[in-house]
Amino acid sequence: MSAPARELPWLVEFFLLPALNLAAAFLVAGLVVLAIGENPLSVGKIMLYGALGNAEGIGYTLYYATNFMFTGLSVAVAYHAGLFNIGPEGQATFAGIGVAIVCLAFDGAPWWLVAPFAVAASVIFGAAWAFIPAWLQARRGSHIVITTIMFNFLAATLIVYLLVNVMGKPGSMAVETKTLSDVTRLPLFSTFMKTYGINLGDAPLNGTFLLAILASIGVWLLIWHTRLGFEIRTVGTNPQAAAYAGIDPTRIVIIAMLISGGLSGLLAVNEVMSVQGRLVEDVAQGAGFVGIAVALMGRAHPIGIALAAFLFGVLYQGGAELSFDTPKITRDMIVVIQALVILFAGALGHMFRPGLERVFARRGS
Amino acid sequence: MTHPDARQFQTSMVDGEHQSRPMPAIELVGIDKRFGPIHANRAIDLVIEKGTIHGIVGENGAGKSTLMSILYGFYQADRGKILVDGQEVAIASSQDAIRHGIGMVHQQFMLVETFTVLENIILGAEGDPLIGKAEKRARALLKRLAQDYNLKVDPDAVVSTLSVGEQQRVEILKALFRGAETLILDEPTAVLTPAEADHLFRILAQLRDEGKTVLLITHKLREIMAITDTVSVMRHGEMVVTWPTREASVERIAEAMVGRRVLLQVAKGPSLPGRALLSVDHLTVKDPRGVIVVDDASFEVRAGEIVGIAGVAGNGQSELIEAIAGIRAASTGRVSLHGKDISGEDPATLRDLGLAHLPEDRQKVGLVLPFDGYENVILGYQDDPTFSSGFLLNRKAIASMAKTLFAGYDVRPGNPGLRAALFSGGNQQKIVCAREIERDPSVLLVGQPTRGVDIGAIEFIHKRLIDLRDRGKAILLVSAELDEIRGLADRILVMCGGRIVGECLPDRPESDIGMMMAGIADLSGREATRFDR
Repeated sequence: MSAPARELPWLVEFFLLPALNLAAAFLVAGLVVLAIGENPLSVGKIMLYGALGNAEGIGYTLYYATNFMFTGLSVAVAYHAGLFNIGPEGQATFAGIGVAIVCLAFDGAPWWLVAPFAVAASVIFGAAWAFIPAWLQARRGSHIVITTIMFNFLAATLIVYLLVNVMGKPGSMAVETKTLSDVTRLPLFSTFMKTYGINLGDAPLNGTFLLAILASIGVWLLIWHTRLGFEIRTVGTNPQAAAYAGIDPTRIVIIAMLISGGLSGLLAVNEVMSVQGRLVEDVAQGAGFVGIAVALMGRAHPIGIALAAFLFGVLYQGGAELSFDTPKITRDMIVVIQALVILFAGALGHMFRPGLERVFARRGS
Repeated sequence: MTHPDARQFQTSMVDGEHQSRPMPAIELVGIDKRFGPIHANRAIDLVIEKGTIHGIVGENGAGKSTLMSILYGFYQADRGKILVDGQEVAIASSQDAIRHGIGMVHQQFMLVETFTVLENIILGAEGDPLIGKAEKRARALLKRLAQDYNLKVDPDAVVSTLSVGEQQRVEILKALFRGAETLILDEPTAVLTPAEADHLFRILAQLRDEGKTVLLITHKLREIMAITDTVSVMRHGEMVVTWPTREASVERIAEAMVGRRVLLQVAKGPSLPGRALLSVDHLTVKDPRGVIVVDDASFEVRAGEIVGIAGVAGNGQSELIEAIAGIRAASTGRVSLHGKDISGEDPATLRDLGLAHLPEDRQKVGLVLPFDGYENVILGYQDDPTFSSGFLLNRKAIASMAKTLFAGYDVRPGNPGLRAALFSGGNQQKIVCAREIERDPSVLLVGQPTRGVDIGAIEFIHKRLIDLRDRGKAILLVSAELDEIRGLADRILVMCGGRIVGECLPDRPESDIGMMMAGIADLSGREATRFDR
């Protein structure tokens, strides 16, 4: 007695619809650029060239994409369990503390010796920061959106306290730890790529990029090819069926959030152990929030997340170049463009769906 | 029950041509509707005479709901015309339908539960920024309708305090308040007791006698025989036949619906019950608000028997089954399987012990609709080591299981790669049945096995249940269809208000069981001491 389910062809679902969303975002962004008296086409060219026009630009783009992949995967895993984790920012921040503790303790030891411990610390600390909201959700019904937002603030305050009072560089006013010695820092690709004649310039791309790709494969296997993934998706899709199938939702909520927090935590390896080489106040630099948009746009699938993370990497790097080149366009303008992409691709992601359904469902795909 | 019609049924025959009658209330001409690959309505012609009760029957997915949705403006036809009182009209929304005097009583009531009857009736038809006027108008009308049609409802009662039958009356009043001349009712008796259904039919008959037209969509053929003047049968999107009801019979209609002869009652031998496999002992269940929903239930289900629980929906049957299945916690009492106490065990453990559960709501509970067939055939059995190889799921083992189950239960389309949502209700139920029955459980809990399932699949599912029984397993069956319980069960328990109020054999007259279901009488002669040792 139900209306036939409406199904879009997968090409439309996974490519045409996101492409339309992006086109709409760029169209509106173009109008804004036009309104402040710049040529949208040349602005677009500068952004694209800045992000992809040379090896250094690509290096930066991929560096940004690395962080977005971690946080995007993090949001996606929670999302499959029916949870909206708004807390990657805080989880990555707290993980930063863990990575800093390990790296400072081993400061002077070679990076390949420290790396496994740093990675473990990032996962454990990230997961720990997600555990409390997860427990509160699973056992007490406190809404995970609220608690994870609050835990972002808690992490932000905690790290300032620690950097000022406990871990800060002695005799310095800067809110940061001392810088790691070069042997302990995860090396950048730029030194290594030079031998192949590729000049990455100052691009901070490093081995965590490969870690992000491994994490993507891991998430893909976990979600679609393991019993745990099956249980996570069942709880997230149909909690009643999960209860019927004897799956304990409390357990799944907590496990999914631990995995989610751990993935966010990996971002700290990139920042603390390599790019910054020290713990600074702002570990995640907003990547936690971009991860939400990345996961939504990537449909919570690792391939989609990788593509969306790359897109946002382009926007970040291209935007940075743009504010150098075009005085009229300030950093705020870049934020507007990014916000428009998030708005159209994330929040309004289904705006064009009814229209597409009318066109494609009738034709009998 | 009428006797089987000996004549060969011909699909081409269309009687019921009503000549020299007054203008029909509604005429559908060449209505055609496709949803992607699904041809839901194929060039449908239908004439609905004014002042008649016209039944429309058909299997699930035959297209009757689509047709009614087109008439009520939820969908637009790709082709075809709708004529109301001989005038061609365009119905693009339910407002258009109402303007042309067509009202609908939905299967799921569209009422605001916290509003009063009066507020619900004027909802959306206030016609004035201040609702006082509309309320006055509605109150006057209600008074008149209550007299004319015996449609009595307290206008100031809050809807949530009304019985289901009364809520349905409010829906009818809503339609009449909006000036409906033609009423469409979609499966109106699904939620009613036999007595409430009788009351509804009296109201419908009165409406007809006052010149209103009633379109009744149902799958209960006996209702068609009891109340309609004309019956139309749909199959695969086509209107295959329209008969004056007096010329039709249950068997002829069933045959027209399915396109072949069907067994309305599955043949089964006498049961040879063995020892008790499932014992329920003073089980009491409370809902989250602390209201007792199952009250001190005690009974046994023995090997090789089907015990049916009859009762009007919402009298504790669902909660009883869920408590036994480990989904819902019981507050007191004991459940034992093979004599072993299983109270408080979780569903996964119970499955391991041989207790399977065919849940009453397959779409919300028994399946994960966005998952494909492969994933759905392991739901609940995901812990089975044969489905895993190390850390990863064993896709090959799952695929071969899915293939076996789909083939063995003739699930169509036979492709487990499709998402469960894309199968029809009957085929979804076959998937769940295959999964639960083929595990060869020693006790099977069954809730509404054939709700919303087409006749062909009903026959199939009933056979499988009887097979399982004949293999010496115990089955506890809950169904809202008294006919189904009487056809399948070897012993019937009647539930009312959370209590088991009676026990009888399936050959007990329906009226007796109906009385027990309504809580009016305990005619069972069930000795109170029998299970209360």
